[in-house]
Amino acid sequence: MDWMEIVSALALLMFIIVLLPATRNMMKNSAKGTLADWMGFVFPVVVVFLFIMLLVKLV
Amino acid sequence: MNQNYSTAAQGSSSAIATNKVLRSTYMLLSLTLLFSGLTAALSMFMNMPPMTYMISVIGGMVIAMFVLPRFANSSAGIGIVFLITGMLGFGLGPILSMYASLPNGGNIITLSLGGTGAIFMGLSAYALATRKDFSFMGGFLMVGFLLVLLAALANIFLQIPAMSLMISAVVIMIMSGFILYDTSRIIHGGETNYVLATIGLYMTIFNIFISLLQILGIMGNDD
Repeated sequence: MDWMEIVSALALLMFIIVLLPATRNMMKNSAKGTLADWMGFVFPVVVVFLFIMLLVKLV
Repeated sequence: MNQNYSTAAQGSSSAIATNKVLRSTYMLLSLTLLFSGLTAALSMFMNMPPMTYMISVIGGMVIAMFVLPRFANSSAGIGIVFLITGMLGFGLGPILSMYASLPNGGNIITLSLGGTGAIFMGLSAYALATRKDFSFMGGFLMVGFLLVLLAALANIFLQIPAMSLMISAVVIMIMSGFILYDTSRIIHGGETNYVLATIGLYMTIFNIFISLLQILGIMGNDD
């Protein structure tokens, strides 16, 4: 394991620790979405996924 | 009657303010992307070593998380945004040089760049056209992002190529969610600071581009 991997691991750990309180806060205060709201998110994400598949075919 | 006029006037001024934030965000985002492209080209020209990427990303993230929020409401905030995006662009140089040296590297870079642009513009257009409120996704996206960071941390020790491919794919999905979330926040007045809005959108574009490069690099390499 070289020093770059150790520094990357430490940096990732630091970001996780820093982001944890904000994540807890957002989890508590986020509005609850309805099924229709979630479908409005799932649809574009599925399109993005299919688009990536197309790019993989093209490369 | 007067109350109706007052409400209409308030609604109209709020819409104008939202449009102003949106316009300023897209203007600053375009300039920062251009600046990143210039610093990436400079870094490629200077033949910077691979560790430049790690140092730039850690430095850029630290400045974005701890310094930028203090200056976001002053003109210094714009300078800091250019510093962060310039650093991240500079860090991209060695990565782009590495991909450019592959047999079909030019194709991989072009497809990643075009793919990132298409994903960003498509999702932004979707959020702007539907005007849906995606604020309910905040907690979900943050938890997803934390889990991805944990998986990336684990994969530094495990070194599984399939896992890094999976992480890149999930990062693109989560960043796609963040584009919808951030754009929806601007539209609905949840984000009124265009400096913070710009850095949020820039980070999503940067992450999508890096992840696409990785996916297309692995899948396009027959060896």
